[in-house]
Amino acid sequence: MRDTRPSRRHVIIGAGAAAAAFAAPALAQAAPQVVVIGGGYAGATCARFLQREGVSVTLVEPSANYISCPFSNAVIAGLRDIAQQTFTYDAIAAQGVRIARQAATKIDRDAKRVTLADATTLPYDRLVLAPGIDMNFTALPGYDQAASEILPHAWKAGPQTLLLRQQLEAMDDGGTVVISAPANPFRCPPGPYERASLIAWYLKNHKPKSKLIILDAKDAFSKQGLFTAAWKEIYGDMIEWVGLSAGGKVVEVKPREKIFVTEFGEHRADVGNVIPPQRAGRIAIDSGIADQTGWCPIDPVTFEARAQAGVHVIGDAAVAGGMPKSAFAANAQAKACAQAVAVMLRGAQAPEPKLINTCYSLVTPDYGISVAGVYAPAKGLLTDIPNAGGVSPAKAPASVRAAEASYAEGWYKTITTEVFG
Amino acid sequence: MAARALINIPKGAKRGDIVEIKTLLSHPMETGFRTGADGQLVPRDIIEKFVCTYNGEVVFSAELHPAIAANPFISFTTIAMDSGTFVFAWTDNHGETQVQTARIDVA
Repeated sequence: MRDTRPSRRHVIIGAGAAAAAFAAPALAQAAPQVVVIGGGYAGATCARFLQREGVSVTLVEPSANYISCPFSNAVIAGLRDIAQQTFTYDAIAAQGVRIARQAATKIDRDAKRVTLADATTLPYDRLVLAPGIDMNFTALPGYDQAASEILPHAWKAGPQTLLLRQQLEAMDDGGTVVISAPANPFRCPPGPYERASLIAWYLKNHKPKSKLIILDAKDAFSKQGLFTAAWKEIYGDMIEWVGLSAGGKVVEVKPREKIFVTEFGEHRADVGNVIPPQRAGRIAIDSGIADQTGWCPIDPVTFEARAQAGVHVIGDAAVAGGMPKSAFAANAQAKACAQAVAVMLRGAQAPEPKLINTCYSLVTPDYGISVAGVYAPAKGLLTDIPNAGGVSPAKAPASVRAAEASYAEGWYKTITTEVFG
Repeated sequence: MAARALINIPKGAKRGDIVEIKTLLSHPMETGFRTGADGQLVPRDIIEKFVCTYNGEVVFSAELHPAIAANPFISFTTIAMDSGTFVFAWTDNHGETQVQTARIDVA
């Protein structure tokens, strides 16, 4: 079967010299080509499932490794090694997915062609965009790329994760950690609060006189009741959460002084973590697939972008209605999207998907809580089915929390094996 | 009414400066149109009037209505004239008024 398709070498290296050979007539006879941009939970899953459907797939991803965000808060707290977060694309390549190890720089929507950083082009019949998020370095005054070297965001796992960990390790006992949490929507809704919890765990065990303040641009957050009750029970007064109506919205940061300016005051941090406003990965913005909100509206059945037929968007970059921007959701959307793309390439109609999401959070290494939801297309959006999901019980014995912490670990092993293993 | 009020005004200013003032009152702004879990209407509880005076003179006022969201955030500017006191007053539909003051030093 491979022989009937252009090889990876042909597609990537030959495209410049042999552009004419790739003109429409040649393509029309070839197997349909799907290009997937982005090798995270969404893109990598989708590429693998498309390949299993017999579709010819190229996965465009510039990094040799994927460093996973889920569980990276445990790395920050010193509970985990970043190696446990790091995966290669070897298994995906071995399965028969072609991998173009480059950034996609341009999408030609009319010619149905993706241009890569080295100027070669990949033609596609259908395109799957899974570019994840970019930090919006223009949204919060004072917070740009350079500022993130002083006040790390650590919202993409990797060097930023380790930087925040090093800063915590270097901080004196009695110091103040400040976390700034953005307004919705953003990647991993419970993430800032899990992070606060696990940093508090580190502080409690190593620097117990320290304090942690969360400055929040919201008045409500994911699993709020469970988090706040657990904080009180486990960490006492160590964690202080300042919501929007208490003046928690950060309107400026001064990286040199590590000062967070809110609408009503200033907080000086010894270690500052700015989780800034975000938007869809750059290629989605540059190609006009994202709208003015910075995210990509999609059809909830096919995941096709509202802006362009034939281009599908999955994962954090998409406006997935009630679904949160989580790895679980990205993986679920990727499978449904792969099926839709395969079916549509055969000229049939994509079936209506039902999608599930679960987000586990750790309050301590042995204290897990979760929120789950079920979603289906309704009124043009992926909509939360009432009473189909739920959150962990408010009052539960330690054994229940410990069980959920181990389910979290189990989920992580399962999903990373499915996506990268 | 004992709601938490937040005020942000510059501590100091030069005469003639335009100064920005921000206020936030933690208040439910309950419309009176909503039913609670028991099926009964939740009684109306909203701020109806906000007034700011600067050394006794009204520099900003606003009428608030049920369409205003909870925790009304009101921001406005005025011109720094003399050192003195800003008085902020929020009055609810029961006629109760909450007052907060802030000082400014004008050079």
